[in-house]
Amino acid sequence: MMNQNTIGVLLAAFLVAPVFAIAAEPVSKPAAKIEAKVDTKKDAALTKAAQEMMQASFKTRGQASVDRLKQDETQALCSQYQDNPPKAVRAKIEAINQKLLKYPADGKLLGDWKEGEKIAQSGVGKQFTDNPDNPAGGNCYACHQLTKTELSYGNIGPSLYNFGKVRGYSEAIVKYAYGKISNSEAFSACSNMPRFGHGGILTEQQIKHVTALLMDPESPVNK
Amino acid sequence: MQKPIWTLIGAVSVVVMAATVNSASAQSSLTNQGGDQTVKEIERYRQALGDGNPAELWEARGEDLWKKKRGPKMVSLEKCDLGLGAGVVKGAYTVLPKFFGDSDKVEDLESRLVTCMVMLQGFTYDQAKKNPFGGPDNKSDMEALVAYITGSSRGMKMNVAGNHPDEKRYYELGKKIFFHRGGPHDFSCANCHAADKQRIRLQALPNLLNQENARSAYTSWPAYRVSQGETRSFQWRLFDCFRQQRFPELEFTSSASVALTMFLAKNANGGVMSAPAIKR
Repeated sequence: MMNQNTIGVLLAAFLVAPVFAIAAEPVSKPAAKIEAKVDTKKDAALTKAAQEMMQASFKTRGQASVDRLKQDETQALCSQYQDNPPKAVRAKIEAINQKLLKYPADGKLLGDWKEGEKIAQSGVGKQFTDNPDNPAGGNCYACHQLTKTELSYGNIGPSLYNFGKVRGYSEAIVKYAYGKISNSEAFSACSNMPRFGHGGILTEQQIKHVTALLMDPESPVNK
Repeated sequence: MQKPIWTLIGAVSVVVMAATVNSASAQSSLTNQGGDQTVKEIERYRQALGDGNPAELWEARGEDLWKKKRGPKMVSLEKCDLGLGAGVVKGAYTVLPKFFGDSDKVEDLESRLVTCMVMLQGFTYDQAKKNPFGGPDNKSDMEALVAYITGSSRGMKMNVAGNHPDEKRYYELGKKIFFHRGGPHDFSCANCHAADKQRIRLQALPNLLNQENARSAYTSWPAYRVSQGETRSFQWRLFDCFRQQRFPELEFTSSASVALTMFLAKNANGGVMSAPAIKR
């Protein structure tokens, strides 16, 4: 095991670079909130104008083609309601994505958690600066705590530490974990989380590995 | 020449910083309560760096470029109207983006500079937009001009009017773009910048719908990026956000970039300009 000083130095070096840029940011209080209300009457025309403006303002580069600006129904509804749709729309989005949600044909949902950890760490993929020949990562740590050993984790999503241990290692939970990674919108409309399967970010095999990271009793997530 | 010195200073500071954060405070930073301590240490490091912000080199070069006779017409930019009248540089950044009658467009600083380079100096649009973001061997004139002009508004409050019908429309379109989800990851600006106290890994993310955050974020751009050894403009900030959103490439000074800037700049009204700042 590393001694405390080594840990301190490594940690500090790790922490400093990413964070100091925002250090001047004041701690946010319940301060003035910028109005972002949805006005449905004017909304459709304005949405169309914004989309046309975007089509004219972006250009295809590498693997990131201008087709990516076009929205499917889920993206369009979440944009329209600023990620906070009313109940009926929420149900509609989840129903659309339940239909889109695919499970592996072989019925196997669990891969190798060690591979899952690598995928969780990797943030590459799908940017116009990324090599499309390399596999994309899931970048889970960008938003979630997963293990006790990785300290550099984000908080946009909930902590997933002890995910399987807390919920139990049942088939139902394995299925839920796989489904949530593959298509988060099927469970939680307008989630911030990408639809890793539906969006073609991760392969079926990669999603199996990440599911194992969450659901294998031997995974550091459950230690 | 310049970059290695600053990179070295940055590296030394990181080492000093690493030694300063002893294992106790490092350990406490593992928890969320300890995060504040880490932020404090980082703020100290940031202040140390801020004493000699390399962006000053860009500001100085930008001032020379502003005053230098250039282009087919061999005139300087000193007659350029940046929003407060021909030749007024001080405070001009605080009123941008703004509608300009001569170009019949809402323009941010960069697009206004392009207009002036074309109208006054006789450059073509392509020439004026060439090399918007510099690298080690091809420093960008645009980033230098931007550094000089924004630096001339340091200490002044953001004061975007937004009353002209086209300005109002750009604000509303910018808001739409802010919430536009797309691409393989379904990302919009809002997924990272519409809630308080969020982080990606350990990088804190400003909530751009919270006035206080919106002000501090906007007023600290442009900024010298230690990791890149370059002073980056607000156009660059948007360009690189969209890259990470997995969107196609945002074109320099495109209408969408100006509309989004209008939304963010007006939301920052009242914030005091501190740019060019220094960031990781």
